[in-house]
Amino acid sequence: MSPQTLVAFVAFVGLGSVALYAVFGGADFGGGVWDMIASGPRRDQQRELIEHAVGPVWETNHVWLIFLVVLLFTCFPPAFAALATGLFAPLSFALVGIILRGAAYAFRASASFDAGLSDFWGHVFGIASIITPFFFGTAVGGLTVGNYAWNSPFALGTGVLAVLLCAQIAAIFLTLETAERALREDFRRRAIGSTVALAVMGAILLTLARVTSPETFAALTRPEARAGIAIAMLLGLLVLALLFARRLLAARLVVMLEAFAVLAGWYAEQAPYIIPGTLTYQAAAAPPVTLEAFLWLTAAGGALLVPSLLLLFRVFKSESQAP
Amino acid sequence: MGTSLAFHYVFAALGVGLPLLLAVVEGLWLRTRNPDYYRLARTWSRAMLLLFAIGAVSGTTLSFELGLLWPAFMAAAGAIVGIPFSAEGFAFFIEAIFVGIYLYGWDRLSPRAHWLCSFPIVISGALSAAFVTAVNAWMNTPVGFTLVNGKMTNIDPIAGMFSPAMPTEVLHTTLSAYVFTAFAVASIYAAALIRSPGDRMVAAALRVAMLAGAVAIPLQIFVGDVSARFDANVEPVKFASEEALFATERGAAIQVGGIPDQQARVTRYAIRIPYLLSILAFENPQAEVRGLDAFDRTVEPPVAAVHLCFDLMVGSGTTLLLVAGWWALATRLGRRTPHAWLARAIVTSGFLAFVAMEAGWMVTEEGRQPWIAVGFLRTAQGVTTAPAVDLAFYGFTLLYFFLAITLAVLLLRLHAKDTPEPPAAMLRPAAG
Repeated sequence: MSPQTLVAFVAFVGLGSVALYAVFGGADFGGGVWDMIASGPRRDQQRELIEHAVGPVWETNHVWLIFLVVLLFTCFPPAFAALATGLFAPLSFALVGIILRGAAYAFRASASFDAGLSDFWGHVFGIASIITPFFFGTAVGGLTVGNYAWNSPFALGTGVLAVLLCAQIAAIFLTLETAERALREDFRRRAIGSTVALAVMGAILLTLARVTSPETFAALTRPEARAGIAIAMLLGLLVLALLFARRLLAARLVVMLEAFAVLAGWYAEQAPYIIPGTLTYQAAAAPPVTLEAFLWLTAAGGALLVPSLLLLFRVFKSESQAP
Repeated sequence: MGTSLAFHYVFAALGVGLPLLLAVVEGLWLRTRNPDYYRLARTWSRAMLLLFAIGAVSGTTLSFELGLLWPAFMAAAGAIVGIPFSAEGFAFFIEAIFVGIYLYGWDRLSPRAHWLCSFPIVISGALSAAFVTAVNAWMNTPVGFTLVNGKMTNIDPIAGMFSPAMPTEVLHTTLSAYVFTAFAVASIYAAALIRSPGDRMVAAALRVAMLAGAVAIPLQIFVGDVSARFDANVEPVKFASEEALFATERGAAIQVGGIPDQQARVTRYAIRIPYLLSILAFENPQAEVRGLDAFDRTVEPPVAAVHLCFDLMVGSGTTLLLVAGWWALATRLGRRTPHAWLARAIVTSGFLAFVAMEAGWMVTEEGRQPWIAVGFLRTAQGVTTAPAVDLAFYGFTLLYFFLAITLAVLLLRLHAKDTPEPPAAMLRPAAG
């Protein structure tokens, strides 16, 4: 394999893991958001459902992130160093969120002997579920705008967009986790609401780019990026239609595609740069021998991973999918 | 970083060790159908839920911190050390999947299938520890590249993964996880036994934990001896610091304790046993042992810290061996209940195992200073240039401190009586 193809391969694996983290990790974060703002007559059932759905899989869902970090520092070391230095603040905040969220989840369950303590960790869990995707979003936004301006209006908007995306994915996933009609309807309504909110936020974000950062706007409206954004928008509309038609299984599939399309649009916006304007994927890549070793390892690891993941989902996600 | 690591180490060690104890007690439950074992397995599996959650998030944090705190190191060495890290990532992935199945699958899998799910956790836990330690071993004895104008070229990540220090360091670190877990668990149940002497479940837990400890600690001391001799040959600067040996000597004495004075180049108030260092290091009472004077003084670790931590580790480890031996003799390997003094000794052993593990970690880290990767990159060069790092550091330390306390409180409040009863169908005595 030529070095260029190797780099392209590894970059593809990396983007794939970003996409999977966005979907599965996102569903987890979104679960935390809905847990926090659980309301209505079935408040407790909603929380129970979220707990039941998230419990067995949340650690697995977050390993995608570790995998991504490891991939970055193994295969694109200078890019990793630059990102970690430039985006030190938002990544640290996101980390605090991750630490608190995991701890809160476990502590809440184990502190059942004391309602006050258990409630406290429940709140921490909800708040951490929001700040983590928010700061990851601002990190991505800051990267896109350039100069690591993670606290620029566009980047902050990206943070909000990320939280809404998580909420949307989670609501749609949760509709499929229960056989109870009323509960399913609760989450279907939430899914519709968050899809609409996501669309509005997307429009606001484009406007923000246009007003505050013409270069970003120009990059976002490049043909490749425009195609990605247009596809994401169409898929979003399709999700909405499927939700109205109560085709929930199809909605789940399409929402995953929608998340992939958003990421593909983002990739197209800044390709061939891994860090806009300064570092391309090719220039940041580790020597071919490392990339090759990494790909072999990924193949071997994947051969163990895929059956294990299938087992996990078969044990926990099989009987609850009755539409 | 150091704080995160010291914190992570404790929970990661329990995360590696506890699944083994779980596999043992669940296996005993299936074999003997003694409900005490079932309750133990359920109690420990709740402890594992807590530990694994904390271990996972502190591990995630570490993978980030590598970049957040040491970007220059990762930029320089990522192409080599990334491969064992990636392997660790996969091992952890498998572990996370089976931990999910194990912890939430008690009622969804057949008893035997459930028990079998503990095996991948044990194996991938040990492998994670091994891969991560391989990275640390590489930092001690970096290989797999040639240095051209200060840049690493001709990179060979596979050679980097199997660096000279790897075999002994990996064994020593992985065993430390089992030693620590075994004695920590034993210590908790020994305390419970003192409070309620007749409790059969407590006695069973203590027996399993002490058996594991009694197997692990002699192995650990043996491997420790091998790795000290490895240091004497391959990492002589670290070895001289561990032994606080300033001047090269033939027939060197071993120095226990004392206060090494790095300015005056002497170690005061130490207990000296003549010839023993030469014998231990090279199996020859007259062998020459290189002291710190044989090396460049500008790249010397903080001798006092390394030496005292080393002695602390060896001293605690040896005491653990004595406690384990006492237990084995006094209880006929657990057939009898330990008497009060032995139980008290076991209670302190948990703390000693903690001291031994953390002191050992300090020896590795401080013994490598001022290098982050020996011979080519200094810690100060590897460290981040991002602003407000101090603030973030204190923030993370505070957060960890807070979490550690909460976790400890919750772990100590886990009660076996809160666990579900074993399935009634399985309670008949096993045939044969």
